[in-house]
Amino acid sequence: MKGGLEPAVQPEKSSEDRPQAGSRPLIARLTDFREFMILAIIIFGCALMSFASPIFMTFGNWSALLLQVSVECIVAIGMTILLVSGGFDLSVGSTFALAGVITAMSISSGVPVFFALIFGLAIGVLVGLANGLIIAKIGINPFVTTLAMMSILRGTLLVITGGRNISGLPASFKVIGQGNFLTVQNPIWIALILVLIGDILLRKSRFFRQNYYLGGNERAAFLSGIRVERLKVFNYALTGLLAALAGIIMTARLGTASVTAGTGLELAVISAVIIGGASLKGGEGTVLGSFLGSLLMGILVGALTLLGVDVYWNTLVIGSTLLIAVLIDNLGRRRRSLQ
Amino acid sequence: MDESNMLELRGITKEFPGVRAIDDVSFELRRAEVHAVVGENGAGKSTLMNIVGGVLQPDAGEILLEGNPVQFANAAAAGRRGIGVVFQELSLVPELSIAENIFFNRQPVNSLGFVTTARLYAQTKELLSLFNLSLKPARLVKDLSMGNRQLIEVLKAVSLKPKILILDEPTSSLGAAEKDLLFANIRRMKSEGVSFLYISHHLPEIFQISDRVTVLRDGKRVGTFQTSELNKESLVKRMVGRELTNMYGQRRRPPGEVCFWYDRLNDQSVALELRSGEILGVAGLIGSGRSELAQEIVGIIPNSAGRVYLDGQKFSFRHPAEAIQRGIVYLTEDRKDSGLYLSMSVQENCVAPTLATFANSFGFLSDRKIASTAVAAKRRFNISTPSVRKPVSQLSGGNQQKVLLAMWIGAKPRVLIVDEPTRGVDVGAKSEIYRLLRDLAEGGVAILMISSELQEILGMSDRVIVFRDGRKVAEYDREQATEESLILAATGVGPTAIQGRAT
Repeated sequence: MKGGLEPAVQPEKSSEDRPQAGSRPLIARLTDFREFMILAIIIFGCALMSFASPIFMTFGNWSALLLQVSVECIVAIGMTILLVSGGFDLSVGSTFALAGVITAMSISSGVPVFFALIFGLAIGVLVGLANGLIIAKIGINPFVTTLAMMSILRGTLLVITGGRNISGLPASFKVIGQGNFLTVQNPIWIALILVLIGDILLRKSRFFRQNYYLGGNERAAFLSGIRVERLKVFNYALTGLLAALAGIIMTARLGTASVTAGTGLELAVISAVIIGGASLKGGEGTVLGSFLGSLLMGILVGALTLLGVDVYWNTLVIGSTLLIAVLIDNLGRRRRSLQ
Repeated sequence: MDESNMLELRGITKEFPGVRAIDDVSFELRRAEVHAVVGENGAGKSTLMNIVGGVLQPDAGEILLEGNPVQFANAAAAGRRGIGVVFQELSLVPELSIAENIFFNRQPVNSLGFVTTARLYAQTKELLSLFNLSLKPARLVKDLSMGNRQLIEVLKAVSLKPKILILDEPTSSLGAAEKDLLFANIRRMKSEGVSFLYISHHLPEIFQISDRVTVLRDGKRVGTFQTSELNKESLVKRMVGRELTNMYGQRRRPPGEVCFWYDRLNDQSVALELRSGEILGVAGLIGSGRSELAQEIVGIIPNSAGRVYLDGQKFSFRHPAEAIQRGIVYLTEDRKDSGLYLSMSVQENCVAPTLATFANSFGFLSDRKIASTAVAAKRRFNISTPSVRKPVSQLSGGNQQKVLLAMWIGAKPRVLIVDEPTRGVDVGAKSEIYRLLRDLAEGGVAILMISSELQEILGMSDRVIVFRDGRKVAEYDREQATEESLILAATGVGPTAIQGRAT
């Protein structure tokens, strides 16, 4: 950081604080934005794929691809906010499954669809509140708390279902996941709208922007008058709610509540969010970045399938992508801090 | 080469970003001598000891050990050459036993490489007996009192059989009896040829134990004196010596009416009041409870017995947000750890406590308003940065401190509590910060200024109170207060401590 101190002590030529436009090439400044980098990779990859496979650039393929990433994106919104604030949640996959199963069980036992939905979402909020209260009020590390919660929820799920999936759900419920609007499936609409709202809120609203301060320096945030505990609890509850929503949508889409749904979802989402520019240290990340991160992973998996690569390669490729993204980011950061 | 010199420092210089902590310091430590190093907070004592102990490396100058030039890459290297250090911050591992702490990494082992517990405990017992401590060697350090921990720390250094032992505030947690034992051991080791560098704020100790005294001020050596040729007053004079310059400015208007006071239910030991436009200086040693009081006032450390009166209204803050809302703000002494968001931009820092004022009725922030406020703050506080979008971590210490001020003055406080407002800041930035505080006071803000720098206290304050052991022990009007009287009250030496206006 020695070198980084230099510019600060240089005398200023003008007191005007214009962002140094023109002092660096446009492309160099754009590459500072993680979203731009991922978008560039996505466009480049898509261009390559459209030559390699005639099906890739079709409506049908993209529709399938977006449907695939839509549930992950919904969970990623909450996870982004958590990572920005310096938090972390491993229990989203189990919450996802639990909410789906609870909703499906309620419907099967005669509860009206609307109330069953409310019930499923409430479960997600409750799980999030439990996580948040344990982490914020008692001060147990988020990793441990949510790891335990992940097991507890999955176990609960197995106990209450006896390990059996629940199917035979009514059409009035399945329409949430299977219906479409203007030829685009409902889950895609829901995900896109939520991503848009989430991105604007985290970028622009006072309440959500407090998370960058919390993640930047928790002690300073407290001294600055931020209600740190409340904010943390809210974040976990919101993440729980979004995970439950995603789980319900998935259940509706498949027409079945699966007890193994969402296994590994937490890692896929955290990978996407980190590829999208968030850091486990907190203080960084955007919802748009996380959306693009999810999209990139989805495209990658879709492309491998189209190219006829064995499905066993998928996990390996996803892991490598995460590592490469973090490495590039780290190198870029070092370069910038030396400037 | 003088045979009697154990250690010689020649022209030692050490710079940190923005400050020259040690500036061309030379002195020698004789064999079998207790050599005290004194100076105000920030005079460079600890930095100098860290250099001798190998923790820090000097930028210039040389160290001679028994006549041979030496360079220590780290503390372990200095330890191998017979230099032991007992640091102010305790370095013990609380989860380990007394014996394992003392013989950390060099436990006696048998031929198979296993620790021989019996011998380990026997050797530990022997050491403990030096301080009449009847503790079991297997006891965990976390179960010990602070005083005992400090003695264990000393024993750990003693067990290495050092030729030179550096003691940095070794008595800060010791009771009178423990202190006497420590001194008895120092005298015994001295008679065996060990040399001591002894750092302390507590002047009576200096006269009790030391043979010679080296005085540091602002990183420079003022001089080295025979302790027997000094008395308390002459030593203090040498420590603070420098004349007050007009860098503190002059008050142009008298303070207004009392607008703020604080006390605790059934406890007047910390009661204080502030007039609008007044600067009240709070002196006292580090650890005397000054910062804790400030944090209690604004609700960082809530005290249910605490009562804040602002313009006749009574409050008891349980969260800093409540105090900020009433216009009572606290600038932390530790800007890096709890003050600033280092990885975030100057702009984001400037608006941190006032984010709500940049939001419209839907709760959305105006980035344009934030940016223009930050640019205005940059100009007003003369923050030197090419852009308000630069991360604060890339600014110098002085400019970081100005960002901290900008952040909190932006909250338009009625009462401003500043804790060590110029710590680690160079002279130029210092005088700018003094001018800003002066201007705020002229504008009617009541300022509570906690500081360990006596010149700062005397130069800025309209009134001064002194803290010791968590209590207010003295109060002076500006004209009554002198550096000597403040030091005497803060350290609790002699009857002068209760001098001044009755509190």
